[in-house]
Amino acid sequence: MNRAAQPAPGIQAHFAKHFGGGVDICVDELCTGAHTGITVLFGASGSGKTTVLRCLAGLTAPDEGWIRFAGETWTDTARGFHLPPQQRHIGFVPQHYALFPHLSVAHNIAFGLHASTGAERAARVADMLRWVGLEGLADRLPRDLSGGQQQRVALARAVVTRPRLLLMDEPLSALDAPTRLRLGVELRGLLRQLDIPSLLVTHDRHEALTLGDDLVVMDQGRMIQRGPVHEVFSHPMSLAVAGIVAMETVQPGCIVQAADGLVTVAVGTAHLTAIGLNTLPIGGEVYVCIRAENVILLKGAEALTASPRNHLPAVVRALHDEGPILRIDLDCGFPLMALLTKQACTELALKPNDRVTVLVKAPQVHLIPHATVAGGY
Amino acid sequence: MTHEAWQFISFTVRMALLSMLVIVPPGLALAWCLARHQWRGKVVVETLTFLPLVLPPVVTGLILLQLFGRHGVIGHWLYLHGGMDVAFTWRAVVLALAVMSFPLFVRAVQSAFEEIDPLYEQIARTLGASEWRIFFTILLPLARRGILAGLLLAFARALGEFGATIIVAGNIPGQTTTLSVAIYQAVQLGQDSYAWILAGVSAVLACAAVWLSTGLLRHPKRAL
Repeated sequence: MNRAAQPAPGIQAHFAKHFGGGVDICVDELCTGAHTGITVLFGASGSGKTTVLRCLAGLTAPDEGWIRFAGETWTDTARGFHLPPQQRHIGFVPQHYALFPHLSVAHNIAFGLHASTGAERAARVADMLRWVGLEGLADRLPRDLSGGQQQRVALARAVVTRPRLLLMDEPLSALDAPTRLRLGVELRGLLRQLDIPSLLVTHDRHEALTLGDDLVVMDQGRMIQRGPVHEVFSHPMSLAVAGIVAMETVQPGCIVQAADGLVTVAVGTAHLTAIGLNTLPIGGEVYVCIRAENVILLKGAEALTASPRNHLPAVVRALHDEGPILRIDLDCGFPLMALLTKQACTELALKPNDRVTVLVKAPQVHLIPHATVAGGY
Repeated sequence: MTHEAWQFISFTVRMALLSMLVIVPPGLALAWCLARHQWRGKVVVETLTFLPLVLPPVVTGLILLQLFGRHGVIGHWLYLHGGMDVAFTWRAVVLALAVMSFPLFVRAVQSAFEEIDPLYEQIARTLGASEWRIFFTILLPLARRGILAGLLLAFARALGEFGATIIVAGNIPGQTTTLSVAIYQAVQLGQDSYAWILAGVSAVLACAAVWLSTGLLRHPKRAL
């Protein structure tokens, strides 16, 4: 396919869907970029992600607005136009996969290939089975497959027709935790090979980080921030986004000094150095965001104040066991959360009320100005 | 059993089977429209379809006679264009059995369709399947147990039909007399033991149909 010839690759959409008593969904200019990467629509349950996906697939009609894909109009309520899903040529993988329960794996995959001849169809199905690593299961019924196998059959069924856009609804959420970890990596590998622009919705941080390139954050039916996944997770632009991406430490602070591109922020009784935002005046109110994974703990080291590396004395308040990692509540003049591996924790011999030194690099102290209200990019 | 008794039994079974053939295509189509679509006049069609369930069968028979008699709206047209008499012929028997069992079939199929997650059809649409293809390759196979169970119930209902049949088809031995009508006549003539034999046969037929039907619905997960 000659992608250069396509006028505007990706999705452009602006539509609204109203629910009686529920959330109004409003999508502004939802674009997946020119590249064929994976865009994640991220938000809590009930934020309208699945509805957006269903509107794009043509399974639900928006109440007003339009949807275009690669320059082609899919929906335009002003003209009463609604391209049926059959003609959108997309792949859709719903949350619980919805494999046709009465059809074998091979027939499920072959379902979209009704226009092909028998031999062609058989060859394509065999290709797909090999691709997802399910050779030998062609004659199984969906109920005899594990969750992970069902997921791969659903993916194969959706992409066997070489769709122009792949839509996935929480592709990993129906799996148990160990399978989810393993298949997340596998699924990413498969999607990478596909070279099909993909949009997936999820409320799971792990799913977003494992699978996504770009992230669009949805809150109460609105898109409130977009950007590369890691960028959005570490630099939320508003308190609402910080909450949705589960920023571990969010504390109110006040700018007390600004010089040479660095600002000093008073948080609780502590002072932190952050990379300065030109727009922040002295005395400006901010929210200080620190990702737990960016907090380094030292024991016995000397606390240096006013260093760009932010050495702060702290007291361990509590340790929470979360499997391979420990979540540690600290008090360093303000409540701060850190993550440590079990190994590191044993080496430090941490226990509640221990005195430690906290180290947070200035670029990892993210500031949200108070003025930024939810909404807007 | 007498030759005549066998004749009644086989005639009734053949008429009931024929009426099933008549109701299956429109029944499937109507159940699909009721289960999956919203349209104007849906309530009217639904009411008309299910009316024979609650209307006295004799009244249904009377209405059919009015419509299909040689001077009725439909009967007259059929007589003119097809040279065909309906009332008081075997056709009237099939008509009465079909109309009386139609709502049972439609209701069973409708609920079988409604039990299917619409997501399957939606996925099929994203895979480019036409509505026809979805109906035949997704809905029918997934609803097959409910459809068969509904068909058996409708068949059992047709076997026992009396009120509508006797009005629109009458009681012409060898031409329109069904099992139920024959029983009625035997009782009228004081042939009680003969009536009991026929009653026993219809009870066995009805039991078999209901037993099969509930068996089908009880194990929805087991492959057919």
